[in-house]
Amino acid sequence: MDVIIENLPQYWDGFLRTLFLSLISGIIALVFGTILAAARVSPVAALRGFSMTYVEIVRNTPLTIAFFFAAVVLPRLGVTFQQFEVAAIIALSAYTSAFIAEAVRSGVNSVPVGQAEAARSIGMQFTQVLSLIILPQALRTVIPPLINILIALVKNSSVAGAFYVLELFGQGKQLANANGDAVMWVLVGIAFFYLLITIPLGYLASVVERKVAIAR
Amino acid sequence: MSSVLYDVPGPKARRVSLIGSIIGVIVIGGLLVLAVVTLAQQGIFDPKRWAVFQLPEVWALIAAGIGATLAAAAVSAVIAFPLGLLLCLMRISDNAWIRVPTRIVLEFLRGMPVVLMMLFVLLVFATSSFIAVVAGLVLYNSAIFAEIIRAGVQSLPKGQREAGLAIGLTSFQCRLTIELPQAIRRMLPSLVAQLVVLLKDTSLGYIVAYGELLRAVQVMADFLGPQYLFPVFFVAAAIYIAIDLAVSRLAIWLERRGSKRAAGGVAHVPVAGIPAAK
Repeated sequence: MDVIIENLPQYWDGFLRTLFLSLISGIIALVFGTILAAARVSPVAALRGFSMTYVEIVRNTPLTIAFFFAAVVLPRLGVTFQQFEVAAIIALSAYTSAFIAEAVRSGVNSVPVGQAEAARSIGMQFTQVLSLIILPQALRTVIPPLINILIALVKNSSVAGAFYVLELFGQGKQLANANGDAVMWVLVGIAFFYLLITIPLGYLASVVERKVAIAR
Repeated sequence: MSSVLYDVPGPKARRVSLIGSIIGVIVIGGLLVLAVVTLAQQGIFDPKRWAVFQLPEVWALIAAGIGATLAAAAVSAVIAFPLGLLLCLMRISDNAWIRVPTRIVLEFLRGMPVVLMMLFVLLVFATSSFIAVVAGLVLYNSAIFAEIIRAGVQSLPKGQREAGLAIGLTSFQCRLTIELPQAIRRMLPSLVAQLVVLLKDTSLGYIVAYGELLRAVQVMADFLGPQYLFPVFFVAAAIYIAIDLAVSRLAIWLERRGSKRAAGGVAHVPVAGIPAAK
């Protein structure tokens, strides 16, 4: 136990970095994922094709490969970063946005057909139908799955620890190396900090889910 | 649904859409060309770099990497599924002394990064990296399997259980012979989708130094020299993605087939609290 209390500053530092990575990647992924979902249902064939291919390939790419690409391969190709956090954010947001796009698309499909028909019948164009009528309703229904994707994002950010970023997992590896006799407690401490993020988020998802279920 | 979002395009809209498509293709094509030119400037397309694929050793290493990946995935899946079934039975047990602790354990397992579990097993139990990878995958995925099957059980009509109890089955017999078989069939698409996630997660073995495909690439690049990193990585990533794509196609096929054949169809219940992405 002592090892956790002694190294609390490192834990706290890693915890904040995990939060930072998740937050920034989450925001980028939400925006990009929504754009991808909009492209997927748009009347322009090229946009549909691009969105479909991107989502299909990225969803089937192991996260470690995405990280390896961003952190190891990209620098050798001349794209260098000042900090490895940037590589981690690129990998995490590119990966997560594919899942967000799928979730938002299923939300778009869940909006009753009459909504879009009504909007079109009063003369709205596609962009108006989507941004004023469909997406506001779709996003509301997919909040619980989106929170679940964000939980997965927090857990996925741990892969960054293996690619030179000192977030929670990276700190954990370092602390485990430094405290060979108390490895178990070091990692239990790391687990605790992860649960500190994921369990409240999971609780939030189930609360929102119940609220949404009543509203519809 | 998508066609409901916009009117059937007339001649003008079709023309705009066509022009948009052409511009889009040009932009994406332009970016691709830019990427290829940049790569060429780095000397990536130098035939010497790709000559490594003439070495049988390189292919042997790649094959060993694929073998290690598939072995870890297969062993984990075979252990995780029965364990998930057991956890599910405990999670829906009538006895609160079993149900509540199981629930806490499941909550704990689901809230943790898989890598952390792998590292924990590797360091605390001082096992081989293969056992660490399998243990991490089994712990995490059995929890997810349990939750998926539980969602399937809950999606069944109440009458199934009531009828089972009415003909004198005990609660446990009823779960085992009436509810679970139907639940598993209904949730088959979700279960196979989770298998894809499991397969993808074997790549986390890279982090605990398990000799899977990505690790093999790293070893090769270290051994042959960094200039070969890109070609080898490119081929390995393509193989990895192709395997995952094939398995997820299988999942989609199962879902289509299932919704046609399974009595009552395949359930499309959102599984509460299960991250769709991983």
